[in-house]
Amino acid sequence: MNVSSLTSSELASRLSNAGIHLQTGSFITHLQTAIPSVAEGIGLLYSDYPLVEEGGFADFHVDLIPPRNLRRWFKPQVLFLSDGAPPFKPLPLDQAFPLFEWGLNWCVSSHANNYLIIHSAVVEKNGYAAILPAPPGSGKSTLCAALVNRGWRLLSDELTLVRVSDGKIIPLPRPVSLKNQSIDIIQQYEPGAIFSRKVSDTMKGTVAHMKPPSDSIFRAAETAQIAWVIFPKYQAGSAARLEPLPQSRAFMRVADNAFNYSLLGTEGFETMARLIDASLCYDFTYSVLDEAIETFAALKPPTSPT
Amino acid sequence: MISNCLVVQAIRQPESLTFLSLADWDLLLRQARRANLLSRICALLDERGLIEQVPPQPREHLEWARAIAKKHAQDVQWEIAMIRKALVGVGVPVILLKGGAYVMAKLPPAQGRLFSDIDIMVPKGSLNEVEAALMFHGWATAELDDYDKRYYRTWMHELPPMQHTRRTTVIDVHHAILPETARTHPDPEKLRSAAQLLDGYDNLKVFAPADMVLHSATHLMHEGELHNGLRDLVDIDSLLRHFGSSPTFWPGLIERAKELDSTRTLFYALRYAQLILHTAVPEDTMEAARIGSPNRVMLMLMDMLFSRALMPDHPSCSDWLTGTARKMLFIRANWLRMPPVLLARHLFHKAFISPKPE
Repeated sequence: MNVSSLTSSELASRLSNAGIHLQTGSFITHLQTAIPSVAEGIGLLYSDYPLVEEGGFADFHVDLIPPRNLRRWFKPQVLFLSDGAPPFKPLPLDQAFPLFEWGLNWCVSSHANNYLIIHSAVVEKNGYAAILPAPPGSGKSTLCAALVNRGWRLLSDELTLVRVSDGKIIPLPRPVSLKNQSIDIIQQYEPGAIFSRKVSDTMKGTVAHMKPPSDSIFRAAETAQIAWVIFPKYQAGSAARLEPLPQSRAFMRVADNAFNYSLLGTEGFETMARLIDASLCYDFTYSVLDEAIETFAALKPPTSPT
Repeated sequence: MISNCLVVQAIRQPESLTFLSLADWDLLLRQARRANLLSRICALLDERGLIEQVPPQPREHLEWARAIAKKHAQDVQWEIAMIRKALVGVGVPVILLKGGAYVMAKLPPAQGRLFSDIDIMVPKGSLNEVEAALMFHGWATAELDDYDKRYYRTWMHELPPMQHTRRTTVIDVHHAILPETARTHPDPEKLRSAAQLLDGYDNLKVFAPADMVLHSATHLMHEGELHNGLRDLVDIDSLLRHFGSSPTFWPGLIERAKELDSTRTLFYALRYAQLILHTAVPEDTMEAARIGSPNRVMLMLMDMLFSRALMPDHPSCSDWLTGTARKMLFIRANWLRMPPVLLARHLFHKAFISPKPE
């Protein structure tokens, strides 16, 4: 059963009572909230996601509630609770849905230590995955959104999960987070894409989330083999340019973008080494999305699998 | 409360966990995480070779916690090596307390135990030198207001916590195990002279077995905030199971409690370890420990308070009295740590004068 099998009022009523068990990738989140904007966002962007009806097990227990302080009368807020405890300070109520997305990222990145977790987008085609690690502002999510609207499968736009036991990439397809001008760029690039309502004045500026292609959600259990590590950089006016990067440099830069590299110790090092060994590594500068898509279409997987 | 608490069941009988339903696992993981005992439960299952029998979803959570505990044990050893290097010039033996001691002495409570600070004890006369040496090697005292600074220096059994500026690790430097103002006075000199050198070191020590149990009990029974209370009781249970296999341990423990003015503390620790975790305490030891028992009315009250406050701070392990029990034990802990006039002055200052955190 998917979220779409509930009407919007059924969904809102379930969310505010017993909550729903939402399956995203390999994780089950038990979500409870009476906040309408969260129910709206879930109904819109998570319609193709499975609801888990049996078993009574969830990896994460999330509540979004308005904190009971005086401010609720004139400037209402929202608090993210992970099993009853707030990992962050409250935000303006208007930001409840983005907070759910950020909070769920936190749940995964601060717990799931059977994966090396890299702060990067990751997309797949023909069984081969490209990871796009990059600091905020480099156009990683914009590029990722464009790629998944042009035939690449979304594995994740924020968290690349590399399984420590075998080095496979585990999909966690969730809505793609876009900010500021990127929202309009992608809306024009793919008019059919479904977006959540824009929320302005967040810590990241104006944000909106894009629903992943249904195919990416249906295939969330299909793991992928790493083939490319690509550091994207948006540079106004530049032609698309792919420059090979020495593996040693790529290693350090990916490690800088990993959440739990040092926590995993030797296993972290070995997983990272295996990842880089199996990858062709590039710096990628672009300004026009169509050129970027062409460059990605021409990528050749590494010839000798390691 | 105790009967609802799956964590307690997990510590008492790790074997029984293989029969849990997925919904029970869901609850156990949440309780255990709140009690800071998830990696401990993983260690207990690992020891017994039962981890493969846990269903895959909860097993993943146990493995997540195991990764943190593994890293933690490494970090602790590194941190202690750094502390030792910093203090080698001071020329006094450093006694490791609690978590650090369990790790370095390779004692069973170290398995899967998480803790945030390293605690050490040095002679009171060398405090200044030790503090200076630590500062020289990068530890600095956290920002405190003048009242707190004065309070620590005048009344406490430890320096204000010191944090390493680069590694952000925290060390608590003690010269005794209770404040000077406390109702009971376990003599630090007696603890120090019985302390034992760690294998392979010439200046790192840990408390003798009985003292280790008594210190853990002292800490638990004088702690105002018990969110790690069950974890501390699990330490005591684990130490007792380990040292208790030697027949001379139990009579020695009672004698030592008398010498260290800690018979009440020991009585409570043995009582609640037995009551909550089913620790096997010999009948005659329990009988002898009764010299530390309060009167019957007081004991009923304490049972009511501790049986609630020692549970994980999770709604599923709480009843309508849990909040009150926690508050009363908070007051009791402060009551035991300082005489009434000082306590009144301290609470007044904390309530009306100290700056408030946001």
